[in-house]
Amino acid sequence: MNDISAPMGVQEAFDQALKQGRFLVQQCDGCHRHVYFPRELCPHCGHGSLQAVEPCGRGTVHAVTTVRRKPADGGDFNVSLIDLEEGVRMMSRVEGVTPDQVVIGMKVTARVADGIVLFDAVEAQ
Amino acid sequence: MDKSMRGKAAIVGAATFGCGEAPGFTDMELLARAARMAVEDAGLTMADIDGLCTASASATMWAMPVIEYLGIRPTYVDGTMIGGSSFIAHLLPAMRALEAGQCSAVLVCYGSAQRSAKFGRREIVASRRFLDPQPYEMPYQPMLPPSAYALAASRHMYEFGTTREQLAHVAVAARAWAAKNPEAFVRDPLSVDDVLSARMISDPLSVRDCCLVTDGGGAYVLVSAERARDMPNKPVYVLGNGTAIYNRQISCMPELTTTAAFTSGQQAYAMAGMGPDQVDVVQLYDAFTINTILFLEDLGFCKKGEGGPFVASGAIAPGGDLPVNTNGGGLSCVHPGMYGIFATIEAVRQLRGDCGERQLGGLETALVHGNGGTLSSQSTAILGLESTL
Repeated sequence: MNDISAPMGVQEAFDQALKQGRFLVQQCDGCHRHVYFPRELCPHCGHGSLQAVEPCGRGTVHAVTTVRRKPADGGDFNVSLIDLEEGVRMMSRVEGVTPDQVVIGMKVTARVADGIVLFDAVEAQ
Repeated sequence: MDKSMRGKAAIVGAATFGCGEAPGFTDMELLARAARMAVEDAGLTMADIDGLCTASASATMWAMPVIEYLGIRPTYVDGTMIGGSSFIAHLLPAMRALEAGQCSAVLVCYGSAQRSAKFGRREIVASRRFLDPQPYEMPYQPMLPPSAYALAASRHMYEFGTTREQLAHVAVAARAWAAKNPEAFVRDPLSVDDVLSARMISDPLSVRDCCLVTDGGGAYVLVSAERARDMPNKPVYVLGNGTAIYNRQISCMPELTTTAAFTSGQQAYAMAGMGPDQVDVVQLYDAFTINTILFLEDLGFCKKGEGGPFVASGAIAPGGDLPVNTNGGGLSCVHPGMYGIFATIEAVRQLRGDCGERQLGGLETALVHGNGGTLSSQSTAILGLESTL
């Protein structure tokens, strides 16, 4: 799906998808591992053919920080590294809870807002 | 690793200039003053310099204006820029160039007016968004570099139970060393509570977990071991050097709690034919308190995960078993954008016995470790006196 063999680089292609509200990662045709961020070749095996695929959207907070910012500038906010179930890691922000409530191991789910991927905490089962 | 290069070159001159605040100086002027002093310290003149290694945090073609400014005609030039570790990573290629006869005296030099300059840290960080884009991190507005190190620290705390108090001990030890160093920029007493109660920057790091922003220039001169024996200073031989990079961005780091220092250290130890138990003093790039803990672990001075208790035991502070960052480090001595050259110079000064109140006794070997980017590039060097050859 989502053949990105368009006459543009993968960054632009993924950016366009995000602007349409679609979050994509890559999967290598050679070693079948998932790749993020999008690249022109597989960083695992060097293969040059990768497919754009939609991740399931579920992830886990791997590392967390609260960036301190003056209240006048919007106040403190979260920056996290999120491990997706597909086995890739990405930087993002967990929203919907205060920054101090974001903890390592927290289950989160992806959504696209304003052209970037954000995460929300999954309610306790 | 090529063991045949062990001890084939030596640092024979070293100098710093303008460390701390140097208003009215440019990057180049700080570099040039330090360079001239280092060459003089080696008993040479600028006309003897035929190799140059340098890097700048802002100018991408920096070797050219440096050559022009110093009026030298080097037959060996290395402008490799991998962040603050560059000036340690410059060692092994320079040794090979000396060995091959491509040059006979290499000047490694750096200068930055990052604290005082109108185009300083804030502007460089802003411009890097365009010049060195990280489009998959930037939208989330991490405060770089601190947030990257904060993320690694959070993971270290999660995996190993490392505490903010333990991180604070790194800053406290650095300050205790700085108190003994007249060149250190900040020498006031610092307690664990001071670090914990300081303004938070990017949790778990407070402003006292972060390095200084200062001005400063540093330079050293490398020649062949054979030539070094006839020079005025006690030669400081390069026994090993290794450089490793796994990633640029913190989000791409394979494991947040194991840095490429593991690999660079293995390379340097293999070349030197030594292990961490044979290192007498350690100078490593403490851009943030977590760095010291990670590098002590990755370089084998304690087990992975035990860096927190290790530093909290007082081991790295004055009087401890493993003196670390005896000048006060980037946390309390000097940090003009890139610190690697200053770590190297402090190791040289300790081995030569030039350190006054903070001078350690009975030294034969030193380990220098540089970090660049956001836990990205790592370069390790092992230095030793003639007795270690």
